[in-house]
Amino acid sequence: MSESDDSMSEIDAQEQNHSNGVGGGIPDYIMNLDNIPAKLPTHLELHKTRVICNIDAPQHTDPINYSGAYAALGVDNSVRLDNFCQNFKVEVKRFTDEDIEFDMIGIDPAIANAFRRILIAEVPTMAIERVYIANNTSLIQDEVLAHRLGLIPINADPKLFEYPDNAGGENNEKNTIVFKLHVHCVKGQPRITVKSDALKWLPNGSELIADDTKPNAESKPKTFTSFRDNHDSKKKFAKNPPAPKNLDIILAKLGPGQEIELEAHAVKGIGKTHAKWSPVATAWYRMLPEVVLMEDVVDEMAEELVSKCPAKVFDIEDIGEGRRRARVVNARACTLCRECIREKESEDGADKKEKESEDGADKAIVIKKKEWEDLISLRRVKDHFIFTIESTGAISPDVLFTEAVKILEDKCERVITELS
Amino acid sequence: MEHGSYTDLSKSTFSLMDEDHTFANSVRFTLNQDPRVTFCGYSIPHPSENRVNVRVQTTGDPACEVLKDGCQDLMLMCQHVRSTFEKAVNDFKTSKTGDHMDIV
Repeated sequence: MSESDDSMSEIDAQEQNHSNGVGGGIPDYIMNLDNIPAKLPTHLELHKTRVICNIDAPQHTDPINYSGAYAALGVDNSVRLDNFCQNFKVEVKRFTDEDIEFDMIGIDPAIANAFRRILIAEVPTMAIERVYIANNTSLIQDEVLAHRLGLIPINADPKLFEYPDNAGGENNEKNTIVFKLHVHCVKGQPRITVKSDALKWLPNGSELIADDTKPNAESKPKTFTSFRDNHDSKKKFAKNPPAPKNLDIILAKLGPGQEIELEAHAVKGIGKTHAKWSPVATAWYRMLPEVVLMEDVVDEMAEELVSKCPAKVFDIEDIGEGRRRARVVNARACTLCRECIREKESEDGADKKEKESEDGADKAIVIKKKEWEDLISLRRVKDHFIFTIESTGAISPDVLFTEAVKILEDKCERVITELS
Repeated sequence: MEHGSYTDLSKSTFSLMDEDHTFANSVRFTLNQDPRVTFCGYSIPHPSENRVNVRVQTTGDPACEVLKDGCQDLMLMCQHVRSTFEKAVNDFKTSKTGDHMDIV
């Protein structure tokens, strides 16, 4: 740590001098140079960019982003937009139909959290909202069945639909998807398990009669939805009809003689209103872990270290002459369980006693056994986020993230227009 | 809504409706980066009410302009994030299909 000692003495100077240790004032020839990037001393740079995770609590967790934070040192902490654009990177690590794991480097936790919040609560999806139950003689109560139906993820693109007009407007094909469920367990049959594949899409709208008035022979009876016979909408759904994403979700179980007949209307909504409209199973991020060995860990200590870590962060490498050294091989897998820096009390006492008796016999100098905490530094990189998005399946996870970013842009635009 | 002084335009509080931590924290971050800003913070007066108060104090520029610039910066950052992400996903997809073709 001799580097930090040097920088301690140089803190008095306004700027960090790279090689010559100039004490006191700064020479003119340096002041007259153009564009000297004033750098922070090493230890402050460490505090600014890393969260140091000690055994008791993490330190330096605050991202110091105030532009004048280091004004006394003469260091400009403001980040211009072009700097951000240059330094920002995205690396996709894993991408399937259902989840995505990618790294965002050079972004602040405020924005990463905004994306996470928007993904969970503000990206719209389709979910069943109104359930018209014609007949339910099963053991599952009406409301419980309706609740379960609402939670089924529906495979329909919410961009093709509008929000329902809650002021009692029309329920037409632009804002409603209609499903029908009619299951009957005949007497003598074994028990039936009603799964989500029993939901059938009705492209022509509701079939339940809404009005009590007797319809004329010519006019169609009024139902709960007013779908117009629209061939365009049928075409766009021809390849991908709206249906539950998972066809094996158990909704109810019927015994002999029991029947369920209902119609379910799915509408567009956001997770803020009800969690059934949340498009992600969950979305989370974590900061990239960094594990640094402050000193060489050799031989038995190395073996112990490798066996202690449950996430297999460390590995052994041979350095010749039969000696082994521990090496950090997979810092990304570190879950910050802190097993590697934890000291077990009983072991510690036994070891110290052993050392004393050995040294007494050999008359060697007593070396205090190094605490694990001094040997390993567990850190987190403050601007490197590992984002994981698990979609319920209705929308692809990369589309979800793009939608979330668009929604944040829309919020900004709304505020700008409000202010102007 | 802007709550401030008619004489001193550099300090004021903006009360935004239908916003929460999602937007307020992000805009506070972009404002902090701006060298014209001496103080910036947000608070939520009551959690049941969907309202956020953003306080901005600047070195002389009208606070309204600085907030607008902050929102503009945030928008540009989002656009950049979106384009970088889409590019990264496309690169990943093409590299994956490339691997498949090599194996087959």
